[in-house]
Amino acid sequence: MAETMTNGNSQTYVGTRTIRPDGADKVTGRARFGADFNLPGQLIGRVLRSPHPHARIVSIDTSKAEALPGVKAVVTRDDFADQSSEFIPAGEMMMNYKDVVRNVMAREKALYEGHAVAAVAAASVAIARRALKLIEVKYEVLPHVIDVVEAMQPGAPLLHDDLFTVGVEPKPEKPSNIAKRVEIKQGDIEVGFKKADLVIEREFKTAPVHQGYIEPHAALASVSEDGSTELWCTTQGHFIVRAHCARLLGLDIGKVRVTASEIGGGFGGKTVVYLEPLAIALSRKAKRPVKMVMSREEVFKASGPTSGATVRVKLGVTKDGKFVAAFAELKYQAGAFQGSPVQPGVMCAFAPYDIEHVHVIGYDVVSNRPKVAAYRAPGAPISEYAVESVVDEIAKKLEIDPIDLRMQNAAHEGTKAAYGPKFGPVGLEETLNAIKKTEHWNAPLRKWQGRGVASGFWFNIGGETCASLTVNEDGTISLMAGTPDVGGLRASLAAVAADELGVPYDKVRPIIGDTGSVGFNFLTGGSRSAFSGSMAIVEAAKQIKAELCARACKLWEAQPDQVEFSGGSVRPLGALAEKVKPMSVADFAKVAGKTGGPIGGVGRINAQGAGPSFGTHLVDLEVDPETGRVTVLRYTVAQDAGRALHPAYVEGQFQGGAVQGIGWALNEEYIYGDDGKLQNAGFLDYRMPVASDVPMIDAILVEVANPKHPYGVRGVGETPIVPPLGAIANAMEAATGIRFTELPMSPPKVLKALKEKGLSRA
Amino acid sequence: MRYEAPGSLEGAVALLAGATGDARVLAGGTDLLVQMRADIVDPELIVDIKKIPETRAITEEKGGWRVGAAVTGAELKEHARLRKAWPGVVEAANLIGSTQVQGRATLGGNLCNGSPAADSVPALIAAGAVTTMAGPQGTRDLPVEDVMLGPRKLALRKGEFIVSFLLPPRPKGSSDAYLRFIPRTEMDIAVVGAGVSLTVDGGGTITAARVGLGAVAARVLLVAEAAQAIIGSRLDEAAQERLSAAARAACRPIDDKRGTTEFRIDVAGVLTRRAALIALDRARTS
Amino acid sequence: MAKHHIEATVNGDAVEFLCETEETLLDVLRDTLHLTGSKEGCASGDCGACSVMLNGRLVCSCLVLGCEVGGQKIETIEGMAAGETLHPLQQQFLKSAALQCGICTPGFLVASKALLERTPDPTETEVRYWLAGNLCRCTGYDKIVSAVMDTAAAMRKG
Repeated sequence: MAETMTNGNSQTYVGTRTIRPDGADKVTGRARFGADFNLPGQLIGRVLRSPHPHARIVSIDTSKAEALPGVKAVVTRDDFADQSSEFIPAGEMMMNYKDVVRNVMAREKALYEGHAVAAVAAASVAIARRALKLIEVKYEVLPHVIDVVEAMQPGAPLLHDDLFTVGVEPKPEKPSNIAKRVEIKQGDIEVGFKKADLVIEREFKTAPVHQGYIEPHAALASVSEDGSTELWCTTQGHFIVRAHCARLLGLDIGKVRVTASEIGGGFGGKTVVYLEPLAIALSRKAKRPVKMVMSREEVFKASGPTSGATVRVKLGVTKDGKFVAAFAELKYQAGAFQGSPVQPGVMCAFAPYDIEHVHVIGYDVVSNRPKVAAYRAPGAPISEYAVESVVDEIAKKLEIDPIDLRMQNAAHEGTKAAYGPKFGPVGLEETLNAIKKTEHWNAPLRKWQGRGVASGFWFNIGGETCASLTVNEDGTISLMAGTPDVGGLRASLAAVAADELGVPYDKVRPIIGDTGSVGFNFLTGGSRSAFSGSMAIVEAAKQIKAELCARACKLWEAQPDQVEFSGGSVRPLGALAEKVKPMSVADFAKVAGKTGGPIGGVGRINAQGAGPSFGTHLVDLEVDPETGRVTVLRYTVAQDAGRALHPAYVEGQFQGGAVQGIGWALNEEYIYGDDGKLQNAGFLDYRMPVASDVPMIDAILVEVANPKHPYGVRGVGETPIVPPLGAIANAMEAATGIRFTELPMSPPKVLKALKEKGLSRA
Repeated sequence: MRYEAPGSLEGAVALLAGATGDARVLAGGTDLLVQMRADIVDPELIVDIKKIPETRAITEEKGGWRVGAAVTGAELKEHARLRKAWPGVVEAANLIGSTQVQGRATLGGNLCNGSPAADSVPALIAAGAVTTMAGPQGTRDLPVEDVMLGPRKLALRKGEFIVSFLLPPRPKGSSDAYLRFIPRTEMDIAVVGAGVSLTVDGGGTITAARVGLGAVAARVLLVAEAAQAIIGSRLDEAAQERLSAAARAACRPIDDKRGTTEFRIDVAGVLTRRAALIALDRARTS
Repeated sequence: MAKHHIEATVNGDAVEFLCETEETLLDVLRDTLHLTGSKEGCASGDCGACSVMLNGRLVCSCLVLGCEVGGQKIETIEGMAAGETLHPLQQQFLKSAALQCGICTPGFLVASKALLERTPDPTETEVRYWLAGNLCRCTGYDKIVSAVMDTAAAMRKG
């Protein structure tokens, strides 16, 4: 069993369940989220949105709105300079500025119902609402296409006449809705399938789902006459918001200062900009602060759900259960502009398994729906749902235990993943074993109850990170991080800083700095903020420790090899110990001015070495054969965290992701009419799990240290949403004998399938 | 937009009858406020009836129960004797929305919102509840099943509003039950709602019954054939089959984002049977 | 038309404010009284993030008009702690890590407090059904439910 990695410190706080430093504010209502900020003299901004899923915007007449008393500014496409084509990272996906400026404000066409067409800033909500009604937009309605397979057909309504499929040879002459074809290859699947004793091929379909964060998008912008811009917004990445807004509005990055509010959930959906450029443009025009908040309906219609998709999987296996060949074709719908997560979907599809011959193809397809944004392990839940379903079917056909089958083929240290890298130490086998050892695995089941298991993978990222530690005059530590804290980051970083510097946990006060106060940080996404942030804090602490040792040497007239920092103090070694006493961080703080000035350290890194996190989920459910209703009875998650800096918040990631997966599998979906309009743009009919829908989620923390991180940390936030879809589909098969290849497995679908098989007495 | 909160029936009637534009009654507000925010309605006048004592009282009346139209679901649940007499009506009102919504939602509002999927209405219809309305021509009574004519279409005349509901007296051995189908466990609009009220004699035979079905037609249905299927029976398997078949036959549902036609018909049969069994069990032990 | 002039009690303090007819209690709390602890997640009564107590009754403040609350008693998250001492539920939520992003937390705390005042010994099922009107997307509800049950047990011990 590997030794727990501690970076040489005695572990007082890392790995324990400390109280989060931002906790008191969060439980008293004091914490300020995006819509909780106000500035004197602020105006209210509202957006006019296209009622049509596809239309040419012939003209926009804002004169009547501008004339309404109380309206201080109106913006349209004319207020945003066009952008040339340039791809940039958006979380773990890519986006193109030419598309971004068009998504933020429609230009030539409205490409989905809800697409922003104009925005106003007015003295009150009532005036803003009235002003929107006075804007006259002439639309030339065009035929629309919603379904991904339909959108791929030649002759489908065309969204962009300059979109030519990338990744096919020869280059297409005609534009289409297929933006990109991607593929990965390993070995030769023709050879592989010939070796197989059993080949199973299945096609699966999923619907678009939304991240479902409870806090709508909100921004408050204030632009001064000299062009300096202040922005408060709820976001997963305020440096990214700054970059996008500067680019879209032609501002110097240094003149834009973005403060991230507390964030009420993101899950990838707050890695892009919607209201922020509009609020800045309006404020610039009105010369007053402008506050904008999305309604829940706007969130559903005009932010970024994840793709719906069609996935075909073909898996070949020997009669002993060895996977020999794997093929998959993924068609993911990107919404109105290119950029679905088909690439990561392709990468992750077979990643949990060591397979010699692999070929995965993916298509990125546009359609008249909102532009998709990242959703927690973007792309992977969809492709891995399909693969885990086929793996389960193979286990049943070969009469091999589903955990044993996965174990036999599990990726481990040294496995070369089909998407490129060779894995270092990874914990899939450990999670499979952990599940197999649970009482849950062996608990008895009754008729109409079923048990399903599935594994999942996410690669995780590192990235640019800056974080600082400052020693205050009284020995307390100010910690400044630069990625918004979605749920426990400050607690985790404070524990690391406290252990590194040997100070009490509650003497470390962490804040998330604004873009003017701390250096560049990539956003919170890719399960990177604790992984990278803690690395940067270790670096900052290292600098402080080195500085204090240097000061001690001066004070004690000693050589560097006569002192060392340990247990929170600089300690004299050897003979020196008889002459002088150790000095703690607080001791140095008291005499900082006399010994060289303020004490601090800044970690500025591009964190490398992110370790993948594997997870295995186990679920029991019961089906009501007369109504098709599914009840989740029991749920266990085992996932490799590498090292849990704060076990409770790591467990929280496991539990939250599992429940999002339950919703995705059973009831969540975007429902469109034939008119291309969204029918369920609210929490009433977009059915996310409520407290009575789910049981306790047992969380098993597996720790296979990531050797590339000083504490062994792996990102954990995304993997939890990957296995549930497959686990639940597998449990449904066990309960009903029916393989559901379409999500969500909502009651009308389940009852229909049961009746078709003669299994229901309804 | 005007807001008035009269303290008397006459005051409310005068306001509603005299309104020139769209006037809405406000009780719990759990539908009205949502529709206002969504720009579905834009009333000129809101008449809050919660200050009128007759709309807020629960009283025994000639062996039955008179329940004010603005009594909340939560208050119904807290009334032990009413809950004992009419468990189906009370549980139906307490399935609307969430705990928070039940703290405000009322029987009057649930009926007058005019949704065929309203949770309390099938139970009220099964109960044989009768509304008392006040209007410019005085008060009048109307059975609940005759109030909702279609989606958002009510039999109320201009200036009229519902003051209270009368749950009729009934003999010993009577009880009721309400079941609804929703895909989650809470919070959804009923995809099917089934209310059954019945009386059973000492020998176990059902001597009276009424069945209300919601969300399966343009209005909430009183299904006489379903009641007939079980009156005179002991709700044995054959009677249950007849009951389910009658319930299914009465459905004229739509296909929408909450359920398909086929699904609603199937589930109507299942829920009616299950609700009847619960009502019978309660009636036997009452 | 002229705004309504309303006098009410919020967290024990007498308040007075002006509001338009169409403003909800949530709008008034947040925008006029500057009590931003109650959150708007949906404005349609489906998420519970705006939960407050109105005359001792748990309600969604987005479903109550500001002009309806004249003379009435409102309790929000801001009134839950007793001076510097957090309510046992607030303390337990922190101990149990029953919050991640925290946006739903005020609603859950107000709703849970209402539950425990009425039912000091709830079962897990009772807790889940009582809180079904409070949406959380981060925690999967597990630690929230544990925190409420643990607080109930601790409060029963006295």
